[in-house]
Order: sequence, then C-alpha cells, then structure tokens
Amino acid sequence: MHILLADDDEDDRLFFRDAFEEIKIKTKVETVNDGVELMNYLTQPNIKLPHILFLDLNMPRKGGIDCLLELKRMDQVKNIAVVIYSTSASEEDIEETFVLGANVYLKKPNDFSTLKKTLEAVITTNWQYHTSGLNRDNFILSI
Amino acid sequence: MKLYIKYDINTTCKKVLEEQLEKEQLAFSLISFGEIELLESLSGDQLKRLNESLGNYGIEILESPKSILVQKIKDAIIEMVYMDEKLPTFKVSDYLAEKLKYSYGYLFNLFQEVTYTSIVNFIILQKTERAKELLATNEFSITEIAWKLNYSSVAHFSNQFKNETGITPTTFLRIMNKRRKMEEEIKQL
Repeated sequence: MHILLADDDEDDRLFFRDAFEEIKIKTKVETVNDGVELMNYLTQPNIKLPHILFLDLNMPRKGGIDCLLELKRMDQVKNIAVVIYSTSASEEDIEETFVLGANVYLKKPNDFSTLKKTLEAVITTNWQYHTSGLNRDNFILSI
Repeated sequence: MKLYIKYDINTTCKKVLEEQLEKEQLAFSLISFGEIELLESLSGDQLKRLNESLGNYGIEILESPKSILVQKIKDAIIEMVYMDEKLPTFKVSDYLAEKLKYSYGYLFNLFQEVTYTSIVNFIILQKTERAKELLATNEFSITEIAWKLNYSSVAHFSNQFKNETGITPTTFLRIMNKRRKMEEEIKQL
C-alpha cells in the first residue's frame, strides 16, 4: 500500500515513517514538505498515485485547505483517501475539511504508541472500504 | 564449463508473485509465506487470468474453505442489513446458524480468526453504513432511521454512530448537504 504524507515538520515526518515501520500491514511511505511539493508530486506524468494521502493543515507556501480545493478539481486523484493530519482539532476545521472532501480527520497524537494505534485504525478502516464494497462517498471518520 | 548455483526458493517465489501482481495492476499490501493480501476483491475473470499466469510458474491459487465461509457470513449479514425497509428483529446468532448450517459458536470463532475483527463489529460497521446511506437520502428523520435499524432509542443510535465515525448523525447530515451544495457550485463554474 502506498502512503504519502505532506507535512512541513521534520520530526512529525520522522515519527510518521517510524510508526509505519512497526505496523504489520506492509506499506511504502513517501513524504513531501509542503503543499506546493505535494501538487508537483501528484501531477508528475505516469506517477503511481498513493492509496492514502495524509495532509497537514498548516504548511508554508500552500496549506492543507488549499490542497483539498485543488484536489477536488483533479479527476485522477478522486480515489485517493484523504486523511487530515493536524495538531488542531477545532470543530470548524474538522467540519470544513470534511465538506471539502476529506475522509478522515486525525489529530496528531502526543505519544508514539497512540500514533501507531490510530494510524493502524485508519489503514484498517480504509481497507474495509476497499474489501467490503462500502460506498467511499460516505467514508468519514474523525479520531 | 559448469556453474554451481545456490538459490533461495522463497525469494524467487516472492519476486515472481510481485511481478505477476504488478503486471495485472493489482494493489497488494502483503506477501507472506503462502499468503497475499489484496487491496480489492478480484472479479472472476481477473482471478482466472492471475491463476493462469501464475500457473506458468507452478504456482496455484488456493481457495481456503475458511475464507469462503467467512465471505458467506459477511454476505448473510449484508443481506440482513439491507433486506427490508426495516431490519428484522430475530436474533442474529439464530439467523446465521440457520442460514449457514453451522453453530454460531463455530462461526463466531472462525470469523475472529480470519478477519481479526468480530461478527458484532462487522454488523455495527454495516449498520452504520446503512444509516449513512439513509441519512444521505434526506428522506428520513434520525428517529425513523434509529427505528428502521432496530436501535432501542435515538440516543443509542447516535452514540453508536459517534463511536464508529467520530461525529454525530446530525453533523454527518450537515457535512453531506454542504458537500453536495459545493459540488454543484464547482460544476457550475
């Protein structure tokens, strides 16, 4: 499973990679440093698109909300599950990103073992949407 | 001249499997000994093609009786959740045992063993999905949906919905309606 993370914080990117190393589902994790890099990555010709995109909200140059708006207008990315991965958990942010098409809102946990557990939960739920023929339009999860 | 070769049959097999799965453009997440986990379920045609291309290497796809039975359990649950206007009130354990001709205890343990989740969780997942669909139609009130899905009260329904999705049915409904409105606006641009 291919996973892509857009996050400007180097430590968060490192923890994220380490967490997936320890999760039993086999994943390939790639990271980009901000929204501009993300859009460049996704629009490369012949790119193998990720199955799940983790998106930080507060990034320099281009933030998560702007990315969501652009993703909505791109046909080729509409099967990617989008997970908002943010330090904030304000009701407004959560609702706004869901309206803009995000599937999961994940507040960055403070400790590594919770991070591992929640990432595993996200992957498993996404998996169920794949394997049990559930309607992806209704895939909304806030943890 | 003679070359002496030493090879690791596991690595060979794994490589062949990876190449063939990629050739068929199948997304897979895991190859462990004798087991591949695919991200999507295969159509009959795809399965046949994969079986043929693997057959050239002496690899054969096994259909394990256990995973077939688990699929039957899932199908029976989905059928039950979508059967009628309203969910039936009979006990799920009796329904599954009757339909699949195994004791519920056996089915319960088998499901757990194969899927790492429980029958009860799978039912809750399916009921929540059904609730989302009913909410998205905008035709039913939350009270009606709770009744249709056999919840003892609206509070019980809302709590379970929130446990599963992290948001309440009312918020879900609001998000879906806003989404729809925004998508229409984008189309008009």
